[in-house]
Amino acid sequence: MSMDPGGLPILLSVDRVTKAYPGMQALTEVSFDVVGGAVNVLVGENGAGKSTLMKVIAGVVLPTSGRIRMDGKEVTFASRDDAIAQGIGMVFQELNLFPNLSVAENIFISREVTRGIAGIDKREQERRARTYLQQLETDIDPATLVGDLPIGEQQIVEIAKALAQDARILIMDEPTSALSSAETEVLFRVIGELKTHGVGIVYISHRLEELVRIGNFVTIMRDGRVTGRERMANVDVSWIIRQMIGGDAKDFPKPDGHSFGTEVFRAEDVTLPRVSGGYKVDHVSLSVRSGEIVGIYGLMGAGRSEFFECIMGRHPHSNGRYFIEGKAVRERDVTGRIRRGLALIPEDRQREGVVPILSIGTNMTLASIGRFCSLFHIRPDRERAAIAASVRDLSIKAPYPDLPVSSMSGGNQQKVVIAKALMTNPKVLLMDEPSRGIDVGAKADVFRTMRRLAADGLGILFVTSDLEEVMALSDRIAVMSNGRITQIFEREDATADAVIAASAIGHGHTTASSKSANL
Amino acid sequence: MSASVTARRPSGGFNGSIGLQLLKLRTFIALFAVVIFFGIAAPNFASAANVILISKQVAINAILSLGMTFVIITGGIDLSIGSVVGLSGMVAGGLILHGIDTGLGYTIYFNVVETCVITLIIGVLIGAINGWLITKLNVAPFIATLGVLYVARGAALLSSNGDTFSNLVGRPELGNQGFPFLGAGTILGLPVVIWGMIVLGLIAAYAATRTPLGRHIYAVGGNERAAGLSGIRVNRVKMIVYMFSGFCAAAVGLVISSQLVAAQPATGESFELTAIAAVVLGGTSMSGGRGTIGGTIIGAFVIGILSEGLVMMGVSTFWQIVVKGLVIILAVVVDQAQRRLQQRVVLTQVAKAA
Repeated sequence: MSMDPGGLPILLSVDRVTKAYPGMQALTEVSFDVVGGAVNVLVGENGAGKSTLMKVIAGVVLPTSGRIRMDGKEVTFASRDDAIAQGIGMVFQELNLFPNLSVAENIFISREVTRGIAGIDKREQERRARTYLQQLETDIDPATLVGDLPIGEQQIVEIAKALAQDARILIMDEPTSALSSAETEVLFRVIGELKTHGVGIVYISHRLEELVRIGNFVTIMRDGRVTGRERMANVDVSWIIRQMIGGDAKDFPKPDGHSFGTEVFRAEDVTLPRVSGGYKVDHVSLSVRSGEIVGIYGLMGAGRSEFFECIMGRHPHSNGRYFIEGKAVRERDVTGRIRRGLALIPEDRQREGVVPILSIGTNMTLASIGRFCSLFHIRPDRERAAIAASVRDLSIKAPYPDLPVSSMSGGNQQKVVIAKALMTNPKVLLMDEPSRGIDVGAKADVFRTMRRLAADGLGILFVTSDLEEVMALSDRIAVMSNGRITQIFEREDATADAVIAASAIGHGHTTASSKSANL
Repeated sequence: MSASVTARRPSGGFNGSIGLQLLKLRTFIALFAVVIFFGIAAPNFASAANVILISKQVAINAILSLGMTFVIITGGIDLSIGSVVGLSGMVAGGLILHGIDTGLGYTIYFNVVETCVITLIIGVLIGAINGWLITKLNVAPFIATLGVLYVARGAALLSSNGDTFSNLVGRPELGNQGFPFLGAGTILGLPVVIWGMIVLGLIAAYAATRTPLGRHIYAVGGNERAAGLSGIRVNRVKMIVYMFSGFCAAAVGLVISSQLVAAQPATGESFELTAIAAVVLGGTSMSGGRGTIGGTIIGAFVIGILSEGLVMMGVSTFWQIVVKGLVIILAVVVDQAQRRLQQRVVLTQVAKAA
């Protein structure tokens, strides 16, 4: 997978690294070179393993197997400190700052400037912090608390912190996601300067135009593997998209042409206020017919998951009216809404979907245990029969349903969560990113299941950030942006460009580069 | 000690069922080890009279530990139970000795059954206060129950100005005799306390394994968010476990004051710690989601036998305290080592499979 760096030095190379987590494999035999004096771009869909790979290089996570070499010598980063000592700086995707400390204190955290036993030299720290911030052309006062800064300025502090480490390799994981276009320009100038000093930059972003503009080398990841590596000069945006999606890799079941029934679910005027004012979910109305699959597409933070949570009754402060088969839903809490026939497959499987230490079978019947009881006594025979039926139905690989669910692969865990939802006999199924972080085979199974359930008369609402998925699976596509539904397409009217354009409405600088969508 | 022998699991193939069986047997093996050790080392240890004596001691801690087990499985902790033991003893003692003065010139006295019911209800109500603080006011369980620990102990002391309610035999003219039966009586040759432990233990074990409530308790402790999204009423489950814990504590308070035929406000100090020790020794995870009632009972027996056996061997009380502490630490260390090993096996399996 290695390629000629064109005379530039290779600062670090990752050699066939694998990283497994309980229930999922984030990286499979990944090899990757960081070239000095260049911007090494890394792209891939959500869950492709980019962030994990960077965390391996930065010493945040330890690989399960594989090697890392620097200057030809093998190195092991047991901790972030080891990596910092080797000159590896990182700007994290999720900000790693202490809101209760000042900007200067954050920049010098764990490398405080001291005057012997006299303690920390606050003035010197602030003076140096100011020079880094000036390099980034901002006038943030180093003495302010980080918690008092808006998110964009916090991002700049995070970058300043990485600069202060005098890194030879600087990893930037979506550094521009919270920056304005002016701030982004400044960042690019700083990156150009670092390049001339021989620093190897690793740059991750979903904004493809941006990558083509500043990248020298591009590496594409998909499903935890590297699928392509090229000089940026030789490629264009459409090549990158092809590599990311993998042309023929996905297997979407064709619509079977069944007709839709009457309306099974309607949400009217759903709102969820944001703490800082405005709405996370801004007066959203949507309906689903029985047998229909409605895809909700949008960028991260568009309010899609929050909309689902409102429907399920997770947010007591939300407003809105819901109807199931024409009858108003008056139940306020999750328990009541499940009883009325709503079921949610949450986006974050590990945190909201499964109870990892409980068994596979127990997880499946968790939401519907009352069905297997006489009075308050669980009937093990009935429960076992239902579990066995589900395992068969969804082709779950679970020879021993008594093993903990955490022993399964991500795809099988996802099927367990789907089984749990289906056991409540729902009329409407809400699926939040149902294919995230699972392997290709399981994805195909999940998609087939969605088609089958729709054919059986269920109404399905699903959220995805994957354009191809939403185009292939939906009977209708609702596009959300900034908490609102900006457009609803019938399948035959939807085109990729129109959907992306609708997902960028109301986003300041995303509109400028409409292709930069979260593919 | 012997527990570590079973901690080694076959590191090759992952055979879930064998691994799980060994996990469950670990506390059993510890129990057999202490029984055999003292059977040999301490004379008269295995005599029937001594077994019943030890069981009576163990029953008190075991009943408290039952309530504590559910609380810990939900990921919480109940520090207030020792104080509730003291307070409920005072309530029972006060009702028997002084009744309730209505302030209208006459006093209501209750018979023994009514007294016990009222005392148990008060225990449940204190549990409900714990649950309310934790679920509605979002106070951390440690702090909420620590606060209630002090309040309940203070209330117990206030109830008698620090004095002991003694000679709780009741008076024939009031019809409230018979209280000492709880502590001293026997049914079919077994002391009432031991019956209490058996009955409550069976109910708790049944609830844990065969009822939806039990499932919900494990689910809340294993992953509260997922449980909530599965339609489990998380707050209601938490209320119930703290109320049950209060119930167990009140029951123990009744038993102890009945055994002594007196109620003393300082009764039950640091009982919560012994109960936590039994629960942890029984294999319940302090982070929630994992544990069994059977394990807890065995844990209570290991602790009880350890201290009684050491007494019979003539070991100083001070050494007993040290040994108890070491055993608890060892149990948790072994548990952790085992879990790490298990996780590593699963991970390599996943890496190999993909």
